[in-house]
Amino acid sequence: MTLQTRDRRLGWGLVAPALVWTALFFVLPFLGMVALSFARMEERAVVPAFDPGNYTRILTDPVMLQALLNSLQITLIVTVISVLLAYPLAAIIAFRIPRQWQRLALLLAVLPFWTSYVVRSYSWLLVLGQNGVLNKTLGLVGLGPLEIAASRAATVTGFVHFFVMLLTLTIYANLIQLSPNYARAAADLGANRWQVFAHVILPLTLPGVVTGAFLTFVLGIGDYITPQILGGGNELTLPQLIMLQLGRSGNFPLASALSVVLMAVVTLAYFACAKWLRLDRV
Amino acid sequence: MKALSWLYLALAYAFILLPVGVLVVFSFQDGRLPVPPFQGATLKWYGQVLADRDLTAALLNSAMVAVVSSAVALVLGFLAAHGLARVRLPGSVLMRGVLIAPMTVSYLIIALGLLNQFNQMGLRPSLWATGVGHVVINLPLCFAILYAAMGDHQKSAERAARDLGASEWRVLTLVSAPMLAAPMAAAFFLSVTFSWDEFIIAFLLTRFDVTLPVEIWSLLKSGLSPKTNAVGSLVFLVSVTAVLALELFVFRGKK
Repeated sequence: MTLQTRDRRLGWGLVAPALVWTALFFVLPFLGMVALSFARMEERAVVPAFDPGNYTRILTDPVMLQALLNSLQITLIVTVISVLLAYPLAAIIAFRIPRQWQRLALLLAVLPFWTSYVVRSYSWLLVLGQNGVLNKTLGLVGLGPLEIAASRAATVTGFVHFFVMLLTLTIYANLIQLSPNYARAAADLGANRWQVFAHVILPLTLPGVVTGAFLTFVLGIGDYITPQILGGGNELTLPQLIMLQLGRSGNFPLASALSVVLMAVVTLAYFACAKWLRLDRV
Repeated sequence: MKALSWLYLALAYAFILLPVGVLVVFSFQDGRLPVPPFQGATLKWYGQVLADRDLTAALLNSAMVAVVSSAVALVLGFLAAHGLARVRLPGSVLMRGVLIAPMTVSYLIIALGLLNQFNQMGLRPSLWATGVGHVVINLPLCFAILYAAMGDHQKSAERAARDLGASEWRVLTLVSAPMLAAPMAAAFFLSVTFSWDEFIIAFLLTRFDVTLPVEIWSLLKSGLSPKTNAVGSLVFLVSVTAVLALELFVFRGKK
């Protein structure tokens, strides 16, 4: 046995357990789900078939289309607001706070990132609810009450809260890598502060911003908890619709087809930002 | 400009820390509802949480699933990273892609696929099923962290050990793994926090024995209560402790 074949055998042996695990519990279930999305439901039983009926239903049923639209709208709004709020925060931490305090400032800025997802949404209920902190405070100055809980605004607030933290982390990581020489050079050549930002700093950090925005989109559009707890059921998102199919009617084929649609949307988003994405360097 | 920056910073911190602050403050509420006005401090809700059999069982389940699934993900990820970083294999780019792929798919979809597959295999929902799902989501993370951490100086140390007659197993356990202690700890802690907080996979793949997020979810159905605040605060405390431990012992040591 040559050294190379011995090495190869060893290599395969090391990779095999992880590959087998991923194949068995990720690739196979995923293919199964795609196959199931073409099956039919007859009398509450799944009948294997090759029937695109679930997909035509998704594309023609107003309820399903509305859920798809809601998901897209909410996620896009959330992504834009989160980027706009997180960029200045990351920049202030990176450029205004003394070096030795930056790590602490960042840790504090993303502390609730580590709370449980369910708990974080619940805690926004405490703030936004009818008798919540926000309305009680507004009441003190004679304003309100605002009916924010159980609405799209509450869902967006909960999402923005989480993703501002995520984006602050990724954008900060990008800003801190920039050599100050670029900005200095631009300033020496007569650029004012705004021009330095618009023509030097922003383009250099754009890949990081897009990567963060893409992550926001992917995690946001697939999330069930935030809209379910904060949205109040007035409008459905795609994940909520999927969960409804599983729970009430046990319609696995339709739930699978909806999941495939969700995957397709994420894939489209990926290609839309592929030019700037550097997922290997998050 | 400077004043504006500090104002923005203050507002941003207020927005970010407000809900957690409210959560913790009103977990001490001496009253029925965790909303203003604050009616005085009490620890009775924490007492109720610790006396609640379902909650403590769920807490133990969560801890068990988190530790076991993270350990499995770490071992599988370490072996695969070692194999792909050290040996030239045909199709290694494809294999890396397959191993990373679960990272790009929503947890909901992973959960649905597994639920369907376990149903067909006649397996009931259980903590084991949830653990399998958590390995699926954490394996790419462990693999990516460790693969990125395998540098050239380790390669020489491993080769030296091999030249001195160490078996591959001894190289792995006595040279490679100890040299990667910091990234291994980081990968493990991150996996534990993700598994500890994960909801949707645990929700779909458990039935009678549930994890803590699922138990908290069922508490929410009965509306706002300081007891829920108390559980939430405890969960937050655990996560923050894990993150601080990571920060202090792993990242501090690296610098």
